[in-house]
Amino acid sequence: MSERNPKDPENPVLPGVEEEREVTLGGPERGLAEVFEVPIGPIHPALKEPIRLTFRVRGERIVGVQIRTGFAHRGIEFMGMRQGRNLVQVLYLSERICGICSVSHPIAFTQAVERAAGIEVPPRAQYIRVIISELERIHSHLLWAGVAAHELGFDTLLHLTWRVREKVLDILEELSGNRINYAIPIFGGVRRDITPEQYPKVWEAIRYYRGLLEQLLDAFLRDPTVEARTRGVGVLERKEAEGLCAVGPTARASGLRKDVRQDRPYLAYSDFQVRAITPKDYGLTPVGDVYDKIVVRLLEVGQSLDIIEKALENMPEGEITSFPKIPALLAHLKKAEGEGLGWHEAPRGEVIHYVRLAAGDESLLVWKVKAPTYSNLLSWYPMFEDQEIADIPIIAACIDPCICCMDRVYIVRDGKEEAWTKEGLLRLSWEKTRRLQR
Amino acid sequence: MSGWAVFGEAALVLIGGGIVGLFYRGLDRKIAARMQARVGPPIRQPFLDLGKLLVKETVIPKTAVTWIFSAMPFLAVLASFTALLYLPLGPFPPVLDGHGDAILVLYLLAVPALAMALGGLASGSPLGVVGAQRELVMLMSYEFPLAVVLVAVAWRVAVLGFSPAFSLGTIAMHPLWTVVGPLGILGLAILCLTLLVVTPAELAKIPFDIPEAETEIAGGLFAEYSGTYLALFYLADAVRTVVLAGLVVALFLPYGIAKTLGLAGAAAQAVDLLFWLFKVFAVMVVAVTTVRVGMARLRVEQVARGFWLWGTAAALGGLLLLALDKVVMG
Repeated sequence: MSERNPKDPENPVLPGVEEEREVTLGGPERGLAEVFEVPIGPIHPALKEPIRLTFRVRGERIVGVQIRTGFAHRGIEFMGMRQGRNLVQVLYLSERICGICSVSHPIAFTQAVERAAGIEVPPRAQYIRVIISELERIHSHLLWAGVAAHELGFDTLLHLTWRVREKVLDILEELSGNRINYAIPIFGGVRRDITPEQYPKVWEAIRYYRGLLEQLLDAFLRDPTVEARTRGVGVLERKEAEGLCAVGPTARASGLRKDVRQDRPYLAYSDFQVRAITPKDYGLTPVGDVYDKIVVRLLEVGQSLDIIEKALENMPEGEITSFPKIPALLAHLKKAEGEGLGWHEAPRGEVIHYVRLAAGDESLLVWKVKAPTYSNLLSWYPMFEDQEIADIPIIAACIDPCICCMDRVYIVRDGKEEAWTKEGLLRLSWEKTRRLQR
Repeated sequence: MSGWAVFGEAALVLIGGGIVGLFYRGLDRKIAARMQARVGPPIRQPFLDLGKLLVKETVIPKTAVTWIFSAMPFLAVLASFTALLYLPLGPFPPVLDGHGDAILVLYLLAVPALAMALGGLASGSPLGVVGAQRELVMLMSYEFPLAVVLVAVAWRVAVLGFSPAFSLGTIAMHPLWTVVGPLGILGLAILCLTLLVVTPAELAKIPFDIPEAETEIAGGLFAEYSGTYLALFYLADAVRTVVLAGLVVALFLPYGIAKTLGLAGAAAQAVDLLFWLFKVFAVMVVAVTTVRVGMARLRVEQVARGFWLWGTAAALGGLLLLALDKVVMG
């Protein structure tokens, strides 16, 4: 598959990569300094996941950037479409698409399958899904805030945020049995109930974070060095955010009131009247810089607390799943036919899962996942424009990228793009097995 | 003093300086960790780090200019340790008193920074080059306020008629706080503050760790250094911390406690030496540890602007106040 790159024989490139678009960013030409390339990644301390950003810099100023992905494509969709793998098994796979949004993907996936198979979800199960996903948002946003502080060289803030994040992980462990990978949603409901004994612990955590939020806002937003490093840095204007279809906090920080929970309520979210948060809610004019992204994420922690509170107060009684027995569920899913779309506002933005089921086949016919980073990646181009090398880590981090969740592979042969079908991939796998057996 | 005695003293100071430097580095890390609610490494960790680095393989990149790349760590260590010999150590005058003055110390402090920049440039790595450019910009920014502070204090002491003028030993023997009037005290306070701000910049610690900036340029200057060479830079950095803190002590806090306690002879010297070590430690905690715990890393252009405008203005203002005070007090 790999070819020798004529320009650089040491680095073989995948076919098609030569046509990769290099974007030269506009910006005033300053001084006579020579333009040279600074490679960031695929392995770099500022990046937690493999992606390559090649910057062309003049002195400290960025004049061009080239983004190359595809270092960590795991083929999870393909694994999920394997013959003989049933949907409950695939559910576990979907949970492992992302380690941080490990309930967002299953929520979107179960919704897609439920729509395809016509399964109803009891109200109590919907509430439990909402509670777990909002707890996940708190832990994800605090994790991001810590990472952002670290990218700015402010390690004390990193240690502070990650220490307070432990509380929400404890609660998640209490409710689901795990700190990460909660395995809560299943087709037709949830796997675990929230029992009356657990309520006080959740309430205590909510009170803990309520008291803490003001402190966190103070530590992040009123620190002069953080302000000096984030104000006016990595600006994504509203028009660009709209044009590049940015999602999640990245879009909201630019003043776009865009949130799937608000625009297209699902599960029990219509009960909570969720309103997308923008910096306006903090009394700021949205600029779209990194500072605004911190504002939006920290305010969303408060919003999640509100939602969890309301959900706990109004939790309906009743069943937690419409299929208490797995064999009955599998039998129903095997008979089901049709296609379904599921969506969810993950901490990073909108997640979409598409599935198609065929009657008589217990495995998936088609499974397509769109992780939020896939939509946000392009907004890096305007954000990096005319910035400095020092700002690269924080700008790269400010969309909260989840590279492995979004990585894609595409094949170009003889200048034509080839789409791999399920059959084609299976054939490829058989051929490889045969080759290995020989 | 015979040549051999000087030689022995110098050896003692150099070895002691290295040990104190590494020990203080350990304390610095421990205190920073406690401030961040971490357990932190044991205090002997810098010694272990140094030992580990010394037995590791030293890799020289193919793209590096080998002789510059290899010479620079030695230059940095030599300059840092030499500066120790011009530093008054509490009750003891500098080992090489009379063979070089405060201006020489200024140069000796600049040499390790230059050596690091050259090493980074010679490493052939783009990250090293960016780090080197940043180091040079930093050097140009903080060097002027630093020089002004040093010259202002040395000039005031020289005006009092003590000699040899401009020697750190002389400056440390004659504290200025009690000599000058209120204007002078204000001026000295401003100069002292400027020097405390310059200290973390000189040592490239947060918020001024721009040339290394782990998350931005992966260690920058040191990206390609490993093994023995990295160990040498590590040692130079530890010693430079002591030298800079010692400089602050010599210029602004050169007081002993032995006389107040009514001690004399060897006991007085021992107590004063311990007190000096404590003062150096206190300056390090104030100027390096707390600052690096409480701030984010700045951008190089922010630092350059800050030092050229505010740093220079503060240093010159302090100098002016000191001069005015001289005119007023006569």
